[in-house]
Amino acid sequence: MVEDRRFGDFLAYVILTLGVLIVAFPLYITFVASTWDASTIINGQLPLYPGPYLLENYHRTLFVGTSSSTREPVFNMMFNSLVMALAIAFGKIFICILSAYAVVYYRFPLRMTAFWLIFVTLMLPVEVRIFPTFKVVADLGFLDTYHGLAVPLIASATGTLLFRQFFMTIPDELLEASKIDGAGAFRFFKDTVLPLSLTTIAALFVIQFIYGWNQYLWPLLITTKDSMQTIVIGIKKMIVTADALTEWQLAMTTAMLAMLPPVAVVVLMQRLFVKGLVDQEK
Amino acid sequence: MLLLPQLFITLVFFYWPASQAVWQSFLLQDAFGTSTDFVWFENYQVLLSKPEYYKALMNTVLFSVFVGFFSLSIALLLAVMADRQIRGSQVYTTLLIWPYAVAPAIAGVLWMFMFNPSLGMVARGLHSIGYDWNPLLNGNQAMALVIMAAVWKQISYNFLFFLAGLQSVPKSVIEAATIDGARPWRRFWTIVFPLLSPTTFFLLVVNVVYVFFDTFGIIDTVTGGGPSGATETLVYKVYADGKGGSDLGGSAAQSVILLVMVIALTAIQFRYIERKVNY
Repeated sequence: MVEDRRFGDFLAYVILTLGVLIVAFPLYITFVASTWDASTIINGQLPLYPGPYLLENYHRTLFVGTSSSTREPVFNMMFNSLVMALAIAFGKIFICILSAYAVVYYRFPLRMTAFWLIFVTLMLPVEVRIFPTFKVVADLGFLDTYHGLAVPLIASATGTLLFRQFFMTIPDELLEASKIDGAGAFRFFKDTVLPLSLTTIAALFVIQFIYGWNQYLWPLLITTKDSMQTIVIGIKKMIVTADALTEWQLAMTTAMLAMLPPVAVVVLMQRLFVKGLVDQEK
Repeated sequence: MLLLPQLFITLVFFYWPASQAVWQSFLLQDAFGTSTDFVWFENYQVLLSKPEYYKALMNTVLFSVFVGFFSLSIALLLAVMADRQIRGSQVYTTLLIWPYAVAPAIAGVLWMFMFNPSLGMVARGLHSIGYDWNPLLNGNQAMALVIMAAVWKQISYNFLFFLAGLQSVPKSVIEAATIDGARPWRRFWTIVFPLLSPTTFFLLVVNVVYVFFDTFGIIDTVTGGGPSGATETLVYKVYADGKGGSDLGGSAAQSVILLVMVIALTAIQFRYIERKVNY
């Protein structure tokens, strides 16, 4: 560049720092709130620095639970969330990779019809068809179960599209080579396609894990027992409409705990996460 | 047949409920659920004659416009800054994208806590400068709060895509313009911004879809649709009307209308993809 960049760089630092601060501010407040006791918060006197109740709050939230609305220890809720997120992520990857493989490598009647049947589901998030889906799941007796939580959310085409696109970039020569080596369809899938797809699988996993962990409306309807609720639902139930009854310090501790796993996943696997996100929307 | 698992799940949990929704939208159930009548389009007529429905529609439109405008412009500004070759831009990127991982419902809780009129920190600040802040009573303030939370959550997503878009703008074009004497401001508006337009348009559609559906969690935790329906969006209304089972037909009719809207949005997006091919 032929011009003086110092002022521009300085401006960039200022704006980026401001952006980071604004983005991080709610998180910081939540953290501070999770380290004070109930009366400090209720009186509206929450200071801007952390207090002395950190260990007590986290211990109580994780293993004892709140004293009103939902008494379930948050550790159990986190376990439920984890099961649900993992089930959705693995379930989706499993069915999507199979059907993408079928659509790309097999020729059979109604192939494109099947593909379009799956593709249309992209357009409809679960929120739109929420009550009919609820009814179907209830009729199947899946309320308050892990498969009831996870399976209906697996029905979506995002992963199928992603894998389809990726499979089409695998050169045909590889298929021919493995045919010459005498490998059948299954061997080709296991020894060639699967190892090549590992990055795509990992990227999809990151996205789907976050998606599953953060589900709100569906678990809200489908779980009636406290012991089955996920952490995102638990926090909503902790916040009672009357301010005075809410144990804010515990609710905010739960909020911290609810954010921790998905945020950790994004920060630690940033490269995979960006790849998954950007590829998915191509 | 490798397709069977996905087809089966799609049929049971997608097509079956969707067709139920369409069917149900033509039915009218009495209060005790004892008799059900086929009423053709009566549910739609009732729905479209209710002022509340138009209010929810207006709310959704307003909500989309504000969230789209603010989250896109803030994200673009930050992305342009992070695209410069400065030290630590990778760290800044990490620090800016993490809100993507926060559940909408949790984002709602965070913002509600900060702005809660009786104990929130920011609300206290607003009160101390004499501003009458109470989103529990004032509909516009409730809307503003929901918008802020939704924008906060969406910036990271838009930022990532803008950054990816900016990095694919060829450096040679920018250098050529610099040599021609174009200042940074002018370079941005005449070269970078037009080249970014596919990204911008894509994000616009995604943001509208986001506001339509993913903000349910935010609204439910921040305001619960209130005060008196001031923050009720179309999706929230589907939920609220169907929840008690009181108006299943009306709720289903709303689902169907939403369905049509989403399909229209997707069609628009597809046409745009075609256009991109012609570039």
